[in-house]
Amino acid sequence: MGVEKIANGTLTLGDLRSDPKRHRKESLIRSLFKAAATLSVVVSLLIVVALVGPAFEFITSVDPSALWTNGWFPRRGAFDVRTIFVGTMLVTGIAFVVGAPLGLGVAVYLSEFARPKARRILKPSLEVLAGIPSVVFGYFALTWISPHIVNRFFPGSSNFNLLAAGIAVGLLITPLIASVAEDALRSVPLHLREASYGLGAHKRTTTMKVVFPAAISGIMAAFIVGLSRAIGETMVVAIASGASGGSLLQLDPRQPGQTMTAAMASLAAGTDQVKGADLAFPSLFFVGFLLFVITFALNLGSARLVRKYRRSY
Amino acid sequence: MATTPSDLVRLQLKGSKRLTWRTWGFELILLLTLLISLAALVTLLADVFQKGIPVFQERGDGFLRDPLSSLASRAGVYQGIVGSLLLLLFVAVIAGPIGIGAAIYLEEYAPDTRFTRFINVNIRNLAGVPSVVYGLLGLALFVRLLAGATGGRSVMSAGLTLGILVLPIVIITSAEALRAVPNSIREAGYGVGATKWEVIRSHVLPSAAPGILTGSVLSLSRALGETAPLILVGAVTGFLATGQQSFVETLQGRFTALPMIIFNWARQPSADFRESTAAAIIVLLFIILTANAASIILRNRYERKW
Repeated sequence: MGVEKIANGTLTLGDLRSDPKRHRKESLIRSLFKAAATLSVVVSLLIVVALVGPAFEFITSVDPSALWTNGWFPRRGAFDVRTIFVGTMLVTGIAFVVGAPLGLGVAVYLSEFARPKARRILKPSLEVLAGIPSVVFGYFALTWISPHIVNRFFPGSSNFNLLAAGIAVGLLITPLIASVAEDALRSVPLHLREASYGLGAHKRTTTMKVVFPAAISGIMAAFIVGLSRAIGETMVVAIASGASGGSLLQLDPRQPGQTMTAAMASLAAGTDQVKGADLAFPSLFFVGFLLFVITFALNLGSARLVRKYRRSY
Repeated sequence: MATTPSDLVRLQLKGSKRLTWRTWGFELILLLTLLISLAALVTLLADVFQKGIPVFQERGDGFLRDPLSSLASRAGVYQGIVGSLLLLLFVAVIAGPIGIGAAIYLEEYAPDTRFTRFINVNIRNLAGVPSVVYGLLGLALFVRLLAGATGGRSVMSAGLTLGILVLPIVIITSAEALRAVPNSIREAGYGVGATKWEVIRSHVLPSAAPGILTGSVLSLSRALGETAPLILVGAVTGFLATGQQSFVETLQGRFTALPMIIFNWARQPSADFRESTAAAIIVLLFIILTANAASIILRNRYERKW
């Protein structure tokens, strides 16, 4: 039919237009997918809305002196935010001291030194490590790291302690830091390394003086992602650092303590409802809101750094 | 004896011995970091297996078939396995289609506008939000606000929460798989007169399927191990009565899950539960590592270099 019309010269634009049903289907599918993508924005808004309301309720109705006392005991009306903030900083600091050098070392080895055959075995092993749930790391911290490492080097430490939790969180963030940092190192173009070899530099010099500076923004991003993950880690601390009812303000990592995340988990765990003082329930959301703001800022920062190295190469 | 220029050059070319040693030392340190990380993994697995295997030797599959109990010798993980599988069902139904749909929009349809970039940044940030915070969202939204539909502290509430939790991960991995499909494939489709959706359905999706599947399986296994949101949504830790009930009643009823059982047993002060905890961890790791291994093998097998 179409051929005849072309031959006759009677072909119109209408003949070329495709089936309107096909068009309707196209735009329907497009809007369905768009709705799915927009849902992610809705989820973010929901998180903010869900947190801000009760957090605001908490901060307006709490007695300011309860925010600056000797410990975090929400069921008894003591909401010393310093206590759990210090706990979070201790665990995150220890985790960073363990996880940052390990993760970075693994990344440099895999990207610069490992032969392809070794890489093919080592990468999946790290993925296995990354796949182990944090609740298992919590058990490992309590039943192995605490007696075999912490108590060996610091005899007299409590069985539940922040140090064991911090070490376990460090092991947990190692594969994460390694994978982001390795990505950054591998995106450094080969010709930079070749130029360095051409000048007679050793592998070590090349790695330290050429590859490293070129990948520095990606490595920083890896560290920040690791920090943010360590701050948000809940289960390891909830299991291994004790202090389930609350905690006194203390700075000793060999003793039990509580982090922001673990405080939320222990407040919600084990009971049917979040019981205790009237403000215990909204205090959950207040801590959650703080946590959300901190990790959000860190993630934004690392995303910016990643974009920087992606753009330069 | 005077050194001739040619001697100097020869010396320079040989390189100093000290430098070679330093290079070796550097590589050794790097290798050490890798060995420490792997040693941690091996120690963790060895410790868990050493404590957990006796439970299976003693009780056989009884441990898998018994319900929760306050006695370590009678407590099993059956209810946890059922609960975890129900949760996975929700995660797959929620995060799967929505996540893949969102990825298709962002990679195939979305114009490069400010709004699109905002969605992209937003999704990356959502992936970094701690899981406890998602637990709070579930508590506020599904447990309290929508209690009428979800039944409060129920499988449904927890499943929806976990679904939202893994959504960004599904989107990011699926988008990466779609991005890896070369444009020539799409252009070939347009060239024979296919519409956008027809090209996506018949050309792009089949090529990206292995990558999307791998990402989805990894997201499921991530959901399987998540504990913190379940605590906040309110999984049962003590005793769970499961009588005869319809499927909908089950979904709206109280629940427990494998990682929740591990958390609760690990906190028990008595030593009896130490071994049961290790045994439950073996069950959880078995499921998660099998799923991960399957997806990694799948990826290596079907990964195509264009």
